[in-house]
Amino acid sequence: MYSHGSESLIKQARDIQEAELKKFYRRLAKLLQGKELGHEAMDSLQRLHLILSATKFTRTLPAELQKGLLPLLSSPVEQLQLLSSAVLRETLPLSGEELNYTQEDVLQLNSHTAALLLSQAGSRADLSSLCAQLLRSLESRQSDGPTHSLMQTLPILNTIITHSPECLTEDHLTLLSKKIVDWLRYASITQGGGASSGGFFTGPRSRQPVPTAELDGTVSGDFFTVLCVGQGFTDDQWMNVYSFSMLRHWLLTYHSVPSGSTIADAANRPQLSFSLSHSHSFSNDDRSEVDGSVVSMVSATSSSSRLLPPKERLREKAFQYCLRLIEQSDRKALKRTDTELQKACLVEAVCILDCVCVEDTSLVYRTFPCVKALFGRLSSDLTFARVLLPIAQFYLNHGEMAAVDCESVWKLVFGRFPAELFNSPFLAHELLRFLRLNLESLQLRVPEYTRSFPNLLKFLAWDSPAVVDDFVDLLPSLVTAETAVELLHTMLDLPCLSATLLLQLRSTCSPISEPGGRGLLSLDAFRSASLRGLFLYLLRTEAGSGDTIDRLSTLHELLAEAADWPRVVQCAQTVPVLLHIFFSAVVMIADEKLSAHLILVMLERSSLLLNIPTYIKEIHRVFSCHLLRLCKLRPSLVVDQSHELLEFAGTTANVYSKDEIYTHVVWALGEYLSVSSDSRCSVRLITSCFEALEAVLFEITSSAPPPGAACPVPRVITTLMSALAKLASRSHDLIPRVSLFLSKLRTVTRGGSVAWCTDEEDLVAIVMRGEELWSLLKTPGVAQSVLTPPPHVTTPQWHRDTNLSMPLQLRTLTSLTHTQ
Amino acid sequence: MVRCFLIHTVCPVSALSAGESRLLFSRVFGPDEGVLTEQHRGLGPEERRVLRREKTAVVARQVRSAVSLSREASGRPPVEAVPGEEALALQEAGSGAVRLRAGDPFPEEMSALWLAVQSLGFTLVCEPHENLPLAEGTLRNLTRHCLEHLHMLGPGSEVLLRSDRVDALLSRLLPHGQLLFLNHRFAQSLEKEVAAYMAK
Repeated sequence: MYSHGSESLIKQARDIQEAELKKFYRRLAKLLQGKELGHEAMDSLQRLHLILSATKFTRTLPAELQKGLLPLLSSPVEQLQLLSSAVLRETLPLSGEELNYTQEDVLQLNSHTAALLLSQAGSRADLSSLCAQLLRSLESRQSDGPTHSLMQTLPILNTIITHSPECLTEDHLTLLSKKIVDWLRYASITQGGGASSGGFFTGPRSRQPVPTAELDGTVSGDFFTVLCVGQGFTDDQWMNVYSFSMLRHWLLTYHSVPSGSTIADAANRPQLSFSLSHSHSFSNDDRSEVDGSVVSMVSATSSSSRLLPPKERLREKAFQYCLRLIEQSDRKALKRTDTELQKACLVEAVCILDCVCVEDTSLVYRTFPCVKALFGRLSSDLTFARVLLPIAQFYLNHGEMAAVDCESVWKLVFGRFPAELFNSPFLAHELLRFLRLNLESLQLRVPEYTRSFPNLLKFLAWDSPAVVDDFVDLLPSLVTAETAVELLHTMLDLPCLSATLLLQLRSTCSPISEPGGRGLLSLDAFRSASLRGLFLYLLRTEAGSGDTIDRLSTLHELLAEAADWPRVVQCAQTVPVLLHIFFSAVVMIADEKLSAHLILVMLERSSLLLNIPTYIKEIHRVFSCHLLRLCKLRPSLVVDQSHELLEFAGTTANVYSKDEIYTHVVWALGEYLSVSSDSRCSVRLITSCFEALEAVLFEITSSAPPPGAACPVPRVITTLMSALAKLASRSHDLIPRVSLFLSKLRTVTRGGSVAWCTDEEDLVAIVMRGEELWSLLKTPGVAQSVLTPPPHVTTPQWHRDTNLSMPLQLRTLTSLTHTQ
Repeated sequence: MVRCFLIHTVCPVSALSAGESRLLFSRVFGPDEGVLTEQHRGLGPEERRVLRREKTAVVARQVRSAVSLSREASGRPPVEAVPGEEALALQEAGSGAVRLRAGDPFPEEMSALWLAVQSLGFTLVCEPHENLPLAEGTLRNLTRHCLEHLHMLGPGSEVLLRSDRVDALLSRLLPHGQLLFLNHRFAQSLEKEVAAYMAK
């Protein structure tokens, strides 16, 4: 597909020399002066376009060439219009020569010239004047005028109002509202293009106009919509399509939310940074519309709406159009592309209804029965999942007001969709976006949300790179005090979930027994009745049935072969990042008890992780960071959990397998196991801690590391030494023991290399630290102040401290009163 | 509205560094947003064009990255379709959506829908409130037409030398970035016009 030929073409275009380019310009300018423009001119224009668009730096065309290009914009040959527009868009307009279209020209404004005008627009004023001209031509248009210019009016206007809604004045809005109503509701219902039902024996006079048909072939019984077909189409039917295509955007831009509304749905609000001068203060006294009964023939209610002002009338017609689309979507289309269109129309119709109901809440009572019926029709069919999301939005926005039970909706959104459609990229994208945009609302009104994280995380487990960004935003909202521990376990086992989802899919796709095939150990385990429970725990849909399972290590063994599956590896790469976010969120809400529990989970899980090479290391790093953070925030935790922390720190094997965490645990013990952190800290506790650490330090510095393990990381040794010194400074009886060890260390290392440290520099550093501590401990009083500083040293009070505040005050007063 | 339509490489290109993508076709719709925001009002048209180009380059890079990760994860060997097998190529094409955060690179959040056919990616950048099922359908349709009318499954470079054809296609099926609700009859009518243009 992408060949060397293409690459070299681009290179040529980028590297063209100035001289050659000038020659080319001259030749082209000459060609354009000719009467008839043939293939050579076209090819040259193409080449020019390639040259201009190949680099990001703009080339200016010589004036002569530009002047030659401008007339091509209104050439009868479309290719010339297109090429000249494309070329001019890639270059700068000659100053003073910017396109300015007068009223007559606008009537012939073709799509490509309009595109150029839009891209060259230099200010809001330019856009406003283009708008004004377009609307003038729309108003004064003859009925037999060129169709093309009419049809692109709405797309051009739509793109302008995307960027600059205030380009349309009040009058413009009224005019357009009226026109759009006409096109949407009163387009002709007979087929255009001269189609007729005339048979063999009928003459031209008796040719009857043929009505349009529905997508299933039956004759249309109501007004024309995008879901009606015919052999050919009339102009206003085309305008029906264009109007509907921009309807939602129009409503969102100009039919704003009435003040006092509490809808938090940011999805339907464009991010406007200026106030809309056209937002009318809407009135709620459309009594004629407050009618609770649903009518099957939608247009029957339209008689009373003729008296409404244009804006309200448009709203009413939009409403009717949407109800008709919903009705039409129930028909079985004959073509597959039309079935897909029906789904898109359903999405659009529900979104417009939502928008319209937000604007006029009295419409909710007319709308809900229809939406509810639609939900009932579609909820069991997962192929309509993407249609059900706007319906869920509707329920979220208006369900409370209409006092409708939304439980079945949430069961679908938080239950079936993640569980069964985790591998549809578009559904994942849209569902997660829905969650992000309605976060506040969901947390308030839908208790299922925070309990559904085992299900929602399936999106992440399946396709981490695509959705990790969404989860960065969503994760904090899923962290609650009740489920935090279970969430932590779930996140640590996300790679396992990833593998399990793969197994689940493979299990449904492939036959039970592969004849002669290799077969996966994990797949067999997944299918075996005795082990299935382990996998089913991972696949659970709701939180609350236990933080984790006992046989986690068994599960990890069974999934060992999944450690190099690409999806599992990608998932494992995102877990550390999300863990950081988890801990940052949990720190805000965790009390003493939860913090303690989290520390224990971290210690426990540090050896209970799926064996993916860098994964374990990364998780340890995250744990270390947050373990320390929790201890810093609540120093008394260290005394509280001293038993478990000591157990961890007293296990020599941890030095070799979990050096990162080990270092931090030891540091925490050394730092916070003191009376100043928690008054319950007894001398006995300090002594037992000291002994545990001392034993480990002896062991690792007296012999070579066990077979298969590398030498202990130097930082572990120095941290141990520092911790021992700190503990000794709090209980002076221990000082002689430390000093003895440190001096022995010095003697041993003087003899040359040691079995437990291979690097010369590291050994020197260790010994130096040892000497510093040894000399510090010679004066116990000083050691105590240095190694266990009182709180007012570590948390300075600045102006709140009576010792510091006086000099600061004096200095401030002096600088204020001195005039120089 | 659709902000832009891009055709770019999703395979390694020797002249570029690893994650970069070569843009073969890029069409940004509508007025330059830089003109209307406070942020970039001081920039001249030339600088705005550079900014626009850089934004599309950022999108192409992000999609390229998403495509390669997606292909890596699925582990499926790529299907090499030949000219004439456009329908197959389209069926086998990977697809997905990338969330472009506000500021990266557009001021508001956008969704970039992509379709990856062998070494090329076709991307539509849509505004957040856009009808994504419709956008997806439109993207598939556009891709099919591009593959067919520009013979993209073959070794030629028509996408570079006949870019007017893509513009003609866009002016019918995605005029000024407007997604259209086209049933098969309306679509047929427009496609006839497109075919007539291509035949010249």
